Amino acid sequence: MSEAAADHGHHTPAFYVKIWVILLMLLGVSLAGPEIGIQWVTLLTAFGIAVVKAYLVAKNFMHLNLERRYVVYLLLTAVAFMFLFYAGTSPDIMNHVGRNWTNVAAQAEVERATEALNHEVPHGADHGAEPASAEGAEHH
Amino acid sequence: MKPIATTRSATGIPTGKLAVWWLIASEIVIFGGLLGSYIMHRLGHPEFGGYASHTNTVAGAINTFVLLTSSLTAVLAHHAAEQKDGEKAFKYLWFTIAGAATFVIVKSFEWHHEIEQGYTVTANMFWSFYYCAAGLHGLHVIAGAIMMAIVSFRARAGKELQQVELVGLYWHFVDLVWIFLFPLLYIAK
Repeated sequence: MSEAAADHGHHTPAFYVKIWVILLMLLGVSLAGPEIGIQWVTLLTAFGIAVVKAYLVAKNFMHLNLERRYVVYLLLTAVAFMFLFYAGTSPDIMNHVGRNWTNVAAQAEVERATEALNHEVPHGADHGAEPASAEGAEHH
Repeated sequence: MKPIATTRSATGIPTGKLAVWWLIASEIVIFGGLLGSYIMHRLGHPEFGGYASHTNTVAGAINTFVLLTSSLTAVLAHHAAEQKDGEKAFKYLWFTIAGAATFVIVKSFEWHHEIEQGYTVTANMFWSFYYCAAGLHGLHVIAGAIMMAIVSFRARAGKELQQVELVGLYWHFVDLVWIFLFPLLYIAK
């Protein structure tokens, strides 16, 4: 049985099972990555593998490669908006100090939470902790 | 008379299928915004790593396995529908629904345990993101299962077999979202 044998360009059940096995193997790699204890390996095996898994699902299960090109462009446009949103807002979130502002609440939360985690209580959660937010930003 | 969405194909794609692609594009923006927000907060708040160490990686991995497997059964249902085998499509759709049910059950146990430990939605910003992202995804899982149940009975009757592919596309997208949620919430600690 040819695995590429197609009905309307699609694959056989055996092919889909093969993709599923590959996806499970990749899941195993993403779980094993953190065990090595090197941060960049963890990031690579976690997010690099996630991208590969997403590609396999989109290509082989959603048959995106057989779809009209404009569908791919439609989806990529949505992804581009996501990156635009990220690029526009992340500097104010990831940094707690800017040229004319300081996010006092965020700084305080990082300090408080780091301290709390260093002396973690058995139940861990810090009830009543105020989340850092833009509301705490001070302009000067 | 059939609805126009099932018969018309002005764009080169059946209109119903195009509608699903539009839905998925809008979902990319919804989940993309949520995950993007989480990532920027994660990078701006190193303490998130400490909070994330309390998420249950085993439960997350089991649910990843369940969703990947349910994606397989969803695409097999699509394959059966293409062969005009409504009975087999029905069977595979219900395997997929069983996957959705398993996912929700595992998630319920996981959340029950976490809430019991005091990690509630108001505990801190990490847990707010955690419950919001996983909860929104869980609602999509439940919605997908309901849609698959409706489509499955039509498929068994040999009607509207093209809907098996449409609901499958949605399901694969739900799987895709989880593929990114899993490393963000369970592995990057």
